[in-house]
Amino acid sequence: MELEYVYKRPSAISSEADGYCPGCLHSTANRIIAEVLDEMDAVGRTIAVFPVGCAVLSAGYFLTDMTIAAHGRAPAVACAIKRCRPDRLVFTYQGDGDLAAIGMCETIHTANRGENITVIFINNSIFGMTGGQMAPTTLIGQASTTGGPSRNPDEVGYPFKMCELINQLEAPKYIARFALDSVPHIREAKKGIKRAFSIQMNGGGYSFVELISNCSTNWKTTPLKSLKFMREKMIPYYPLGEFRKPEEEE
Amino acid sequence: MFLINIDFQKCKACGYCIQVCPNKVLAAGSELNEKGYAVTIPERLDKCVGCSMCATVCPEAAIEILKSKTTPQERNAR
Repeated sequence: MELEYVYKRPSAISSEADGYCPGCLHSTANRIIAEVLDEMDAVGRTIAVFPVGCAVLSAGYFLTDMTIAAHGRAPAVACAIKRCRPDRLVFTYQGDGDLAAIGMCETIHTANRGENITVIFINNSIFGMTGGQMAPTTLIGQASTTGGPSRNPDEVGYPFKMCELINQLEAPKYIARFALDSVPHIREAKKGIKRAFSIQMNGGGYSFVELISNCSTNWKTTPLKSLKFMREKMIPYYPLGEFRKPEEEE
Repeated sequence: MFLINIDFQKCKACGYCIQVCPNKVLAAGSELNEKGYAVTIPERLDKCVGCSMCATVCPEAAIEILKSKTTPQERNAR
């Protein structure tokens, strides 16, 4: 009996890839990035920059060249790599605690300079690896170990909307927010990542892709219930869509 | 007809594929892998239409889907 693949595991992912909790959408994000790299045949000319936090576990997933930056400094390291090797596809893969808290300075200034890199931002509204502390993106009323049972905006302010923040700057070329909770959203996210990478490879400039993700471990729920939380609480606060894209594509 | 290959050691039994399958092909299994997860099994493979939604939601990329190239005669005989 002759067989053909309808869906095949992407070859850009290591066969030993492992490390995330059951149902963690970080793995889904890695998988769709790997699929895009496969489709663009870019595995051999990609350099990934990983930060600190759960996102660093992805270093065990990809078969591309990579480096690991200090906490929050991944965009700065990626800028240096891209300026030295402009022919390479350079992307950073950062969580919310890394990109929006300690790395806010690098994030904003890299975007403002319009460096020709892609930043992939995984927003799961909590610090994952360190044990569920409050992140800058933790929702109002959401429980965290440092914010108590409910985030109080009078005390700690409001969650950052990173896409909207970066959309205030002149230089970025592509800014979009997607979610990873369902099949249509995952397919849109994959298209968005591909568009961001294409813009970079054509010398377009800075691209920023936010992916709404989950953390069932620190939300203290099951993977399936975490998807429900994303749909009911996160996506209404963080609206999905492409905030900015190059004019010729509009 | 379709074949669903679920990597026994990679599956973490999150249940996303079971929930997303429109034809309820997949079900929670009882056999545990090395990490201690009860691996999902393609229980009603004859109902599979090859939409690959399970593979799209699988975080671990543990699901691969294959299609057999059958002739129309073979298909009618089933």
